[in-house]
Amino acid sequence: METNSGRRLVVVGNGMVGQHFVEALRERDVDRHWQVTVFGEEPRRAYDRVALSSYFDGASPQSLDLVASGCYDGHGYRLHLDEAVIAIDRAARTVTTSRGRAVGYDELVLATGSAPFIPPVPGADLPGCFVYRTLDDMDAIRAAAQRATARVGLVVGGGLLGLEAARALRLLGLAVHVVEMAPRLMPLQVDEGGGALLRRLVEELGVTVHLGTFAAAVTEAAPDQAAPRLVTLGDGTELPVDLVVFAAGVRPRDQLARDAGLAVGARGGVVVDAGCRTADAAVHAIGECACIDGTVYGLVAPGYAMGSVLADRLAGGNAEFRAADTATKLKLLGVDVASFGDALATTDGALEVTVNDPVAGSYAKLVVSDDATTLLGGVLVGDASRYAALRALVGRPLPGDPLAMLAPRGDGGVPGGALPADAMVCSCHAVTREAIDTAIAGSGLTTVAEIKGCTKAGTGCGSCVPMLSTLLTESGVTVNKALCEHFDCSRAELFDLVRVQQIRTFSELVGRYGRGRGCDVCKPVVASVLASLGNGHILDGEQAALQDTNDAFLANIQRNGTYSVVPRIPGGEITPEKLIAIGTVARDFDLYTKITGGQRIDLLGARLEQLPAIWRRLVDAGFESGHAYGKALRTVKSCVGSTWCRYGVQDSLGLAIALELRYRGIRSPHKIKAGVSGCARECAEARGKDIGVIATENGWNLYVGGNGGFRPRHADLLLTDVDTETLIRTIDRFIVFYVRTADRLQRTSSWVESLSTGPGGEQADGLDYLRSVLVDDALGIAAELDAAIERHVGAYEDEWAAVLDDPVRLRRFVSFVNAPDTPDPSISFVTERGQPRPVLLGLPSAAVPAPAVPASGVPAAVPAR
Amino acid sequence: MTTWTTVCRYDDLLPERGAAALVGDLQLALFRCHDGQLFAIGNQDPFTGAWVLARGIVGSRAQRRTVASPLHKQVFDLRTGECLDAEGVTVPVYEVRSREGMVEVNVT
Repeated sequence: METNSGRRLVVVGNGMVGQHFVEALRERDVDRHWQVTVFGEEPRRAYDRVALSSYFDGASPQSLDLVASGCYDGHGYRLHLDEAVIAIDRAARTVTTSRGRAVGYDELVLATGSAPFIPPVPGADLPGCFVYRTLDDMDAIRAAAQRATARVGLVVGGGLLGLEAARALRLLGLAVHVVEMAPRLMPLQVDEGGGALLRRLVEELGVTVHLGTFAAAVTEAAPDQAAPRLVTLGDGTELPVDLVVFAAGVRPRDQLARDAGLAVGARGGVVVDAGCRTADAAVHAIGECACIDGTVYGLVAPGYAMGSVLADRLAGGNAEFRAADTATKLKLLGVDVASFGDALATTDGALEVTVNDPVAGSYAKLVVSDDATTLLGGVLVGDASRYAALRALVGRPLPGDPLAMLAPRGDGGVPGGALPADAMVCSCHAVTREAIDTAIAGSGLTTVAEIKGCTKAGTGCGSCVPMLSTLLTESGVTVNKALCEHFDCSRAELFDLVRVQQIRTFSELVGRYGRGRGCDVCKPVVASVLASLGNGHILDGEQAALQDTNDAFLANIQRNGTYSVVPRIPGGEITPEKLIAIGTVARDFDLYTKITGGQRIDLLGARLEQLPAIWRRLVDAGFESGHAYGKALRTVKSCVGSTWCRYGVQDSLGLAIALELRYRGIRSPHKIKAGVSGCARECAEARGKDIGVIATENGWNLYVGGNGGFRPRHADLLLTDVDTETLIRTIDRFIVFYVRTADRLQRTSSWVESLSTGPGGEQADGLDYLRSVLVDDALGIAAELDAAIERHVGAYEDEWAAVLDDPVRLRRFVSFVNAPDTPDPSISFVTERGQPRPVLLGLPSAAVPAPAVPASGVPAAVPAR
Repeated sequence: MTTWTTVCRYDDLLPERGAAALVGDLQLALFRCHDGQLFAIGNQDPFTGAWVLARGIVGSRAQRRTVASPLHKQVFDLRTGECLDAEGVTVPVYEVRSREGMVEVNVT
C-alpha cells in the first residue's frame, strides 16, 4: 500500500452527485492524501438540475451553481470542463478523454448520471423535439419557444420530470399538453385520489392532460398550418404544436462501464456493492449511473448518500449504502405534491386515512399499520406543509389521531416537539432532530441559515426548512452535553445516532456527526456503542482502533505494562479440576494469583505476547473470558443459597449463574456488577451492586443502583416478591435501558439518581419512572429492549477463543512487531511471599512532575480507569 | 548521519493503532494513522516508566495527531513528542518512512 505520496483519483462526471462526492472527500481528506482530477463533459461545472425549470423563472446559471468556493483551488483538486471521458483501460488504469488525453488513476469514480429516455416514437428526431436534462437543453428549448408561432408545447411524460418540463414551458409562455401513459399523473408517487386532485389543479393552470395514451408519432405539419409539428396520440387525437419535450424518464449512462467490461444491472446501471465499488476494486460508481443492490435510484438524495459512502471508503472507512428514502416533495406547476414511505399502501393490512377537500384544493392521505398505531407513509397534494414532520414519523408510533394530524391548515399541524429526538428531519443530508437541537444549543444558533451552515440540514431539497424554523422557535436553553472536542452530543445521543442510522464504523460516525479523528474519550464510547448494537468481535476491522487499552488486548494492563488475566467463574462456583487448571497455568507461566472481590481468581504478571498461550490453556480447561477488562458485566456474586445454607429460602447460586451467563459480554457505559443473596442476611452484599437480588419466602426482591467503591450507595428497591421470569425480564430491560441512555462512565447509581430530576430540574420519583418504563412499558420500548437482550444472548461468543481461532486477530499479541517473541527487557520480577512481584521501573531522565510511585512495596493510589 | 533501518512491512501495522518495535536496544512505538501517515516515538511512558505508548489510543487534538498513554491517558503529539497535558514533558521522536511496502526508521 502507498502512503505519503498522493494517490490519483479520477472522477468521471461533474453533476450534482459527482460534485457532492468530491466535496465530501475533500472534507475528509484533510491531509491532501488524494490527487483528484474531475472531468465534466458540459461546459459548466456542477449545477442544480433539480431546479432546472427555475432557469425560466429568473434564475441565472450562477444561482444554480453548486460548487463550493475553493473546492478546486489547484491544490490536488482539479476540474476539467467540456472534456468527456470516452474510454477506460482498466488493465493500464488510464482513462482517455475527448481531447485525446490519457490520464492514469489509482481509483476511478463513475458519476456519469443518466440520459433522457426517448421512447421509440417516429419523428422524435425531428427539429423541434427536445429532452429535458441540461442547461444547454434549456437554452435550446428557450430559443425554440421564442420562434414559436402557435405558442403550444407538448410534454411526453406526466411524472416528476414531465410536470417540471410543463412548468418550464408555461414559464416560457406556451400552452401545454401533457401526455402520460398511466391512468394518473405522477403514478409512481401519488395514489388515485391524489392524482385526481393533481390533474384538476394542473388543468386549472391551463395545462391539458391526456392520460392513458401515448405519443404515437411526430410529423412535420403542412406549410399552411399555424404550428410546424403535429403530434398524433395513441387514441388518434392530433395536436398541432411548436415543440415537443420528451420527459418520460431517464436511463443510466453506463456505456463507458459496459465498454470496459464491467457488469451492468438488468435495467442498466453499473453494478456496485454497498460500498459503491464495482467488481474491479479500483473502479466505483455513484448516483444515477450506479445499480446498487439491484436498484437504480433516479433521485438526488440517494445519490448524495452514495457519494458520502464512497468518500468515507476512500478515506479509510467502511460506510455502507442502505436502501434509500425515496420520499419526494415538489412544487409542480405551483402545486405542492409530496409522497413518503409506503405511499401506495402496499403493506399487508395497511389502512388508509384520507382527507379530500376539493374546496380548499387539498388532498391528504396517511397510510397506517393494520392496528392504526404506526405511520407507514402518505400522500399530500395541494398542501404539503406537514411533509417534513410526517415523513420523519414514518415507521414510528403515531403521536395522535391520524385524522387530527391531517386537519386543515391553521391548527398548526404537527409541532416539532412531537418529533422524537432521532427523527430524520433532513433526509438529503441525514440530519436528525437531535442533531439540529444539538447544533442550536451547542453553537448558539439563532437563524435557519446558521442551522443550514452548521448541519447542512435544509440545503438539499429544502423541504425541511419550515421544520428547522419550528425547531429553532421551540428550542430553549439547553445544556451542552458534548462528549469531547470531536462530538457535540452526549453518549446517549451518540447511541441513538448509531442505532437509528445503523452506523457501523467510527469513520462514518465522526464523518457525519463529529470532527477530527477522535481521542481516548470518544473512541472507547463509540466502541462500546458499536459492541452493544452487535457489530461482531471487538478487535475486528476499524473497531480494533477504538478499544480502550484493556479491551484492545482483552486483559487488564498493570503498572509495569504486564497484564492480569481473569477467567469467568460464574457465581463463584468452581470445580476442583478447574481450580487445579488455574493453579497449573499460574505455575507454568509464573503468574501471581489472588482471589478477587467478585469471587474469582486474578492471574497477574502476564506479558503481552504470553496472553494467547495462557488463554489457550484456560480455554482448553473449560474457561472463557471474564471481561474483567471491559466496561461490561463483571460478576454476579452469590452465597450458596437454599441448596446448602440452613437459612436460605431460594436457590441464589443457581440464579446468579443463570444471570451471569445471560449477561456476560454485554458492553455498557461503565462496569456492571450484580449479586444474589439467598436470604435477608445478604451474604452476597447484593445491595452494594448495580443489580442486587435478595430472596424472599415468595420469590425475589430486585434492587438497582447500588455501588461500592468510590462513592458507596445502597441499591433502591425496585420490585418486591416477583417470580424468576418477571425478575429476569425486568433486569433485561434495566440493563438495556441503562446501556442506551446513560452518560459515559456513569455507573447505574448516578444514572438512577439522574432519573429523579426532570428536564426542567423538577424533582420526580426516579424509581416510579423506572418502574413505569421497565414494568408498565410507559415509553412503548419494552419489546425493543427485550429484543436487544435476545440478540445479545444469541450472538454471544467468548472473546478469547475467538482470538485464538483467528490468525489475523492473533497478530497483535506480540511484544515487538519485528521481534515477536523477544520479551520487553524492562519487565522483571522479584519474589515476595512466595510469588512474583514487579520490579519498579526507572523513569526517563527528563524532568517529569512526580507521579505517585511507591517507594517500596507500599502500593500507591492509582485511580481506576 | 542518516541510516534507515527496515523494521517491518507496512501492512504489519494496523490502521489507527501503534506497534512496538525493537531497534538495537531502542524500544520504539510506530503508528499508522487513518490516512496512512506514519509516526515513530519512544515507547516509554515518561510518567510511569512502563514501555507501553504503542498500546495507546491514536486520535487528534485540534490539528495535532496524538496518542494517549494507556496507563493514565496523558496525550502526546505524535509529530513532536510533546505531552499536551503536562508542560515540559516530551518523548523522543524518530524519522519514519514507507518504501516499497516496508517501514523504515532513522534512529541515528
